[in-house]
Amino acid sequence: MPYALCFLLFVIGLYCAVVKKNMVKIVLGILIMECAVNLFLVMLGYRHDGVAPIIDRAYYDPGTGQIAAGFINNSVDPLPQALVLTSIVIGLGSLALMISICIRIYEKYGTFDITQIRRLRG
Amino acid sequence: MKGMTIIVKTISSWVKVLIFIFGIYIILFGHLTPGGGFAGGVILASSYVLLMLAFGGDFVQKDLPLALDSKLDCLGAIMFVMIAILGSVFSGAFLANFLVDKYGAPLELLSAGTIPLSNIAIGLKVGASLFLVIFSLSICHKGAELDGE
Amino acid sequence: MSIPLPVFIAIPLTTAFVLPMFGAKGKAAATVVANLATLSLLALAIACIGQSGVYEVGKWPIPLGINLVLDGLSSLMLLAIGVVAAGAMLFSAGYMERYTAKSKYLSLFLLMVAGMNGLVLSGDIFNLFVFLEIASLASYALVGFGCGHEELEASFKYMVLGTVASLFVLLAIALVYGNTGVLNMAYISKAVQSSGVNAGLGFALGLFIVGFGLKAALVPFHAWLPDAHPSAPAPISAMLSGVLIKTLGVYALARVVFNVFGVSVEVGWLLIVLGILSMVAGAFLAIGQWDIKRLMAYSSISQIGYVVLGIGLGALLLARGDSLAWASLAIFGGLFHLVNHAVYKSLLFLTSGSVEMSTGTRDLREMGGLAAKLPFTRTACTVASASIVGIPPFSGFWSKLILIIAAVQAHFYWIAAVIVFVSLCTLIMYLKVQRYAFLGELPENLERIEESRGTMRVAMVSLACLCVLMGSLVLVPGLRDAILEPAVKVLTDGVKYSAIAGM
Repeated sequence: MPYALCFLLFVIGLYCAVVKKNMVKIVLGILIMECAVNLFLVMLGYRHDGVAPIIDRAYYDPGTGQIAAGFINNSVDPLPQALVLTSIVIGLGSLALMISICIRIYEKYGTFDITQIRRLRG
Repeated sequence: MKGMTIIVKTISSWVKVLIFIFGIYIILFGHLTPGGGFAGGVILASSYVLLMLAFGGDFVQKDLPLALDSKLDCLGAIMFVMIAILGSVFSGAFLANFLVDKYGAPLELLSAGTIPLSNIAIGLKVGASLFLVIFSLSICHKGAELDGE
Repeated sequence: MSIPLPVFIAIPLTTAFVLPMFGAKGKAAATVVANLATLSLLALAIACIGQSGVYEVGKWPIPLGINLVLDGLSSLMLLAIGVVAAGAMLFSAGYMERYTAKSKYLSLFLLMVAGMNGLVLSGDIFNLFVFLEIASLASYALVGFGCGHEELEASFKYMVLGTVASLFVLLAIALVYGNTGVLNMAYISKAVQSSGVNAGLGFALGLFIVGFGLKAALVPFHAWLPDAHPSAPAPISAMLSGVLIKTLGVYALARVVFNVFGVSVEVGWLLIVLGILSMVAGAFLAIGQWDIKRLMAYSSISQIGYVVLGIGLGALLLARGDSLAWASLAIFGGLFHLVNHAVYKSLLFLTSGSVEMSTGTRDLREMGGLAAKLPFTRTACTVASASIVGIPPFSGFWSKLILIIAAVQAHFYWIAAVIVFVSLCTLIMYLKVQRYAFLGELPENLERIEESRGTMRVAMVSLACLCVLMGSLVLVPGLRDAILEPAVKVLTDGVKYSAIAGM
């Protein structure tokens, strides 16, 4: 089942984000989790033997403005694709912020190891 | 940041123009083919990143100063909000498509109302801000201080 | 509907993008524009009291398009956000002069306010997620704004945990879409009512509780809060503790549990247990702290526990089919405590910022005897402390009393005992703050400090007056029916929220 593989990818990303000690590896773990969720969203819209949800001249009748019934019955769901587009943009912004904070921490502390960046305690 | 050899510089100055035009194509045809504002903006930013890798950071600073980039970024966002507010003024609802069915026929380049205009605004904003982020990250590790967070 | 709802999102968003155009020379003009934006948001929120309506963005009918919904709970949250944002923005006019990039700070602050406003108004579950991310990203950047060692470490920890929480929420939204096929919250609620909560939807509900619980800093998901809130600049700590954890965590949780999925006995007990854990753990961990802002951060965890306890008790009583009056009283106590806490916790963080700006330190052992030197700060801090501890006639007393009455009425005597016990712990921790910071001996190196001036004083005094007057929200029936009763009714109506789908 492809959905089970998506969850497996999510759990691998979660393991990386929780267990690893290098900051860059934690960021990569979060990136893997985000890709897994995007993949799950896109796969929800799949329809067997479907076509891409783009209308072109083959399906459109300019005289009446009607869209061919074959298109609506056969196309995959376009809504998850729009959701994934938004989610990728959000992930990009979040990744840029995380990497820039990693670089700044490296300048201050001199290391990427998260066990040595523990000034705040208690 | 230093540049690369003369062969790389020559070729990349031609290729950069092609990539830039391709990015503009993806933005303008966003309502007909896959792509649209965000993907086209990323391609525009990557054309400037190619220039930065081939020629060095100082050359690109003279070509597209960071202050101008910041202002282009804000301009893109303000254009998008203006389109949304104009939709409210002309048509009664925020972000309404107030130009649809006024120009052109469906499936042609000049159609679909405010969607191509929004694509252009978003493409401008995403291209400018993504290039700003990559440029700031690349000069950051040399210990250079920027004004800001 | 006289006020178009998108103005709540459009005003801060436009201002946030216009501000960087002012450049380095127009810093004073930028501050004035930003303050005008937050004050106009507060005025609009006050004008929206008692109204309700649905606004379809882009004139697309639901469920094809995204809609914005204003009901009692949303207008209550808009009021809370408006009050705290206006106060914190006034305070930061004076406080942020020490930092270099003030125009970027103002833009990020307004983006955070835009995100929170959009979240409480959203009627579509993916739109809620997008605004959640906008507010979260702005807050991650603001926590690390000073770029010192501790701020960056706190910001990284906060960002990793916050992003994991957002990804849990996105996975839950994907599961809900896969099971019901719609994204509009009213339509989802209709679909869940007809089909029941199957395994996929149950797992999605669990993921929602974990994700929003991480954002609300419920124990055991609280690890980021004691590091993030002290390291942020004082007005940002006030915003984070005052409204962000409530909007992103408690409001979203209440909306999903009550209106979309419908209450059940297990979820009610789960919320009560989480609430009691947060109350007790937060109170115990706070007493041993010597950093003034860290103590207040742990106290925030404890107070959010009160709110979740009230809401959970209401959910349990509704699910068991007990008297509607008991459930309404519990939810009323929880929501009133939410609004109270927003006001007095933000005031406490602002006073701690003023103390830190004057003395240069946050450690309680290095301060003392500041009462004579900082009179305004001292008065504001005493008013806020009396409020949070629950001394009549300040506002905190009424909300705690209502929660205790609700627990006793429903025959949960042990919950009432826990509430009283944690209130005593809160008394201990704030007596500690008062004794070490304001009473006692003034150390020699602090002889020459001055009171904060200008807008900082105005912000603190106005929030302190509001603390005193909030008691009238429950005593004066007119105000109670206008502001708090509609919010309680939205939650007790539960899945009748899906009636919007028929509109």
